Amino acid sequence: MIERERDKLIIKVHKLVKRFGLKTVLRDLDFKVHPGEFVAILGPNGAGKTTFLRILASLSRPAMGEVYIAGYLLPAQAAAVRRIIGVVSHQPLLYGDLTAEENLRFYGRMYAVPALNERIHEVLDLVGLVPRRRDLVRTFSRGMQQRLAIGRAVLHNPEIMLFDEPHTGLDQNACAMLDNTLREVAARGRTVVMTSHDLSRSADLASRFDVLSRGDIVASAQRSEMNPNLLLSFYREATSASVQSGIRRE
Amino acid sequence: MGLRYLHAIRAVLWKDLSAELRGREMLSAMLVFALLVILVFNFALELDAKTRANVTSGVLWVTFAFAGTLGLNRSMAMEKDRGCLDGLLLAPVDRSAIYFGKALSNLVFMLVVEAIVLPVYSLLYNTNLFNPGLILVILLGSIGYVAVGTLLAAMAVQTRTRDILLPILLFPVVIPVLIAAVKASSGFLQGIAIADIWSWLNLLIVYDVIFITVAFMVFDYIVEE
Repeated sequence: MIERERDKLIIKVHKLVKRFGLKTVLRDLDFKVHPGEFVAILGPNGAGKTTFLRILASLSRPAMGEVYIAGYLLPAQAAAVRRIIGVVSHQPLLYGDLTAEENLRFYGRMYAVPALNERIHEVLDLVGLVPRRRDLVRTFSRGMQQRLAIGRAVLHNPEIMLFDEPHTGLDQNACAMLDNTLREVAARGRTVVMTSHDLSRSADLASRFDVLSRGDIVASAQRSEMNPNLLLSFYREATSASVQSGIRRE
Repeated sequence: MGLRYLHAIRAVLWKDLSAELRGREMLSAMLVFALLVILVFNFALELDAKTRANVTSGVLWVTFAFAGTLGLNRSMAMEKDRGCLDGLLLAPVDRSAIYFGKALSNLVFMLVVEAIVLPVYSLLYNTNLFNPGLILVILLGSIGYVAVGTLLAAMAVQTRTRDILLPILLFPVVIPVLIAAVKASSGFLQGIAIADIWSWLNLLIVYDVIFITVAFMVFDYIVEE
């Protein structure tokens, strides 16, 4: 039964624990994602969102628990997982002294992307940076760098996209452009997991909202089940209930 | 070791060389520092011809070691500053390929600095350094220095005190390379028979092989959070 469920799920996390020294950041966290879902993980600062995403991205090892990505177990099968995920964090992961094209060429070589020149052009077109392809990345605005970071993450055509607070540090126009790119990325049938503390942006983009508080998913709701305008009250109730139960436990 | 592994090494090397050709941050800092060190030694030590021949190899290797540390620090800091190290670690390649790419680029930068420092030193100290044996020692010593330096720089870069931590970690570990390189260089410059220098060359070769092997085995664990 568990095997069948794992097959249907593209991400399955069971009883995940992560500790930094004596501090437990993630506590018995369970999390499931079906193929094609766009899941927004909402939570306050320090809730463990980035740590959780880094574990899904194979950049950090869990202390306990099971993490399956497309049937591959982490961290044992990390290399296989890295082939099928694309990661965008609040840092661009781009080299300022290389042009946009050179950055994509470098990552394309690392991922052994076939027909690389054509793919680079496709990706630059997707993120609207063809006219700036020969400019050094350090001359780009924060918004342009973030769009190029999305281009870098989709270059090898991953099945799963992980976004760690991609709107951080962007102005309203840049956020709107980034949202359009995110929608295009998600519309191509990819599974997307995005952490954020920006409820309004998440309400526009995601098909499911999970609230992460004090190291655990404390509430989950499908977009179809709730009015996106009520997301704020849903979020507040979930986080305050988690804080109350945490205080009682302590 | 597959073709893909070699392509990944080449990609990291190409990326580092391209970025450095644009920015010239690392090479210029290493070069200016190295030239200043030999200039300071030139004025600080008033040497006769015999003493000069004796101290040349020591001054050269102190200069290379200090300048090399600057380069190693900068090379890894460049990866950490914009989160690029995560970008590298996310690539579906054996992580030792990243190490070898970084080590090769660091070696190229160090050899470039050495190629410029040697003729300048020859002019300032009026010493002939164009000796094939010395070139071999510089190559072997630089490989050992960069092999262990790249590994420790990857470790130090994850800490807040990376700038001061690298020399503290590196110099004790690299002492065998420096001693062997100084002795072998000195031997070649003073025209000592190769049989007497051979043990120092052997030490350099063994050190290079050991640390390249160790780095190949442990780099994955060092860069993991």
